[in-house]
Amino acid sequence: MVINPVKYIIIFVVSVILQVLIFNKFLIASVVAPFMYILFIVLLPFDTPRSLLLFLSLGLGFTVDIFTNTPGVHASACLLIGFVRPGILGLLTSRETLDSVDSPRVKSMGFNWFATYVTFLVVIHHLFLFFIEAFTFQGFLITLLRVVLSSVLSIILIVLSQFLIFRN
Amino acid sequence: MKNLFKLIYRYHVVFLFILLETLTLSMVVTYNSYQRATFFDSGNFISGTLFEKFSSFTQIFEFKQVNLKMAEENAVLRTALQEMLLKSNRGNYKASDSIYLPRIAKDSSVKAVYRFTTARVVNNSVNQQHNFLTLNKGRHDGIKPDMGVIANGQVVGLVTNVSENFSTVISLLNSKWKISAKIKRNDYFGSLSWDGKDYRRVQLNEMPYHVPVQNGDTVVTTGYSSSFPEGLIIGTISDFSIGTGSNFYKIEVMLAADFKNLVIVGLVENKQMNEIKQLESLNKYGN
Repeated sequence: MVINPVKYIIIFVVSVILQVLIFNKFLIASVVAPFMYILFIVLLPFDTPRSLLLFLSLGLGFTVDIFTNTPGVHASACLLIGFVRPGILGLLTSRETLDSVDSPRVKSMGFNWFATYVTFLVVIHHLFLFFIEAFTFQGFLITLLRVVLSSVLSIILIVLSQFLIFRN
Repeated sequence: MKNLFKLIYRYHVVFLFILLETLTLSMVVTYNSYQRATFFDSGNFISGTLFEKFSSFTQIFEFKQVNLKMAEENAVLRTALQEMLLKSNRGNYKASDSIYLPRIAKDSSVKAVYRFTTARVVNNSVNQQHNFLTLNKGRHDGIKPDMGVIANGQVVGLVTNVSENFSTVISLLNSKWKISAKIKRNDYFGSLSWDGKDYRRVQLNEMPYHVPVQNGDTVVTTGYSSSFPEGLIIGTISDFSIGTGSNFYKIEVMLAADFKNLVIVGLVENKQMNEIKQLESLNKYGN
């Protein structure tokens, strides 16, 4: 199958712009702060080579870091999910399915599968991100609360995006 | 040797991941908000321009309110100016007459220490642990690092990095920045910092027990940091308690400035900053 790189460049740019211009300003009760930009990593094709996946994740993380003045924070969190993504896919899906379908979408994989897959990635990303950002286990519970509530919102946003914009 | 290469090839993704992760995490650890590489800075050309374009669009709706706020501030300042003139010239001039103003300004004994200018906020956040603002003025407009940033006479942050057309400001809502602050009523001072929990509250630390503290006390700048004049409002004490096992109060300060709604900010430059810094650096070598 042929992968259209232009489509993924657009997804990259749109994810970053939505994140830095809209969702970085978003804050409910000073706890909930969604990070939906990992949508780009979520949507990458199944057969993306693992090392390429790492570099793309790194690039995405650094781009967001530049806008938020947090060198390394988003980059390290994105790297982690770039690294575990193939493992999670293997856990959720059989080899045959991965070979027959090009990329993770609600349309091709079903709502339940997609939601579970997104939940895994978002929770790992947010857990790592919020603790790296706080850089302490002081106030463990408040950070955990931020992780849980923010994850819920990010998952909703990413799954919703499937029905709103990224139809194909 | 051949086996080693085989091993590296087999696990190259794992090695690559460990390498890159170490690299990025070491960036997080060594990151110092005062000496940041300019590349990772929202004041750089690409992100600065993007923020500027977007904010000039979204802020259109806020300017009416900003105008009202500024008119109010002008009125307050005008009153303060009148009072100052009356005080400094008692008996010499009829101070209410504005034609005497130029004569006072020429007087060599009255020199303004602080220079004020304004800028528009093009990016701002309150939802991170380390929040920054980006302003639409930079080196080109005379902005320098260490200038204080205020909004309606209330402390907002400190300029950290300056590019040609933009500058970044470390916000008071950044757990890496501390500022000295005092209780206006009795002049006792402590250090003010943010614990990263609530964007409306900061914490005043190092305030010993014997100091009389009351809810509602106004907390203002000390002027020790030389980036801010003395007496700028930071907020009011909303809660205080005696920390367990320490000799200091835990004081919660409700911020006066609304960090979620910053459009126009003022910048303060202390013209004597270099002189003060030079003088103070002498002490460091003394012991």
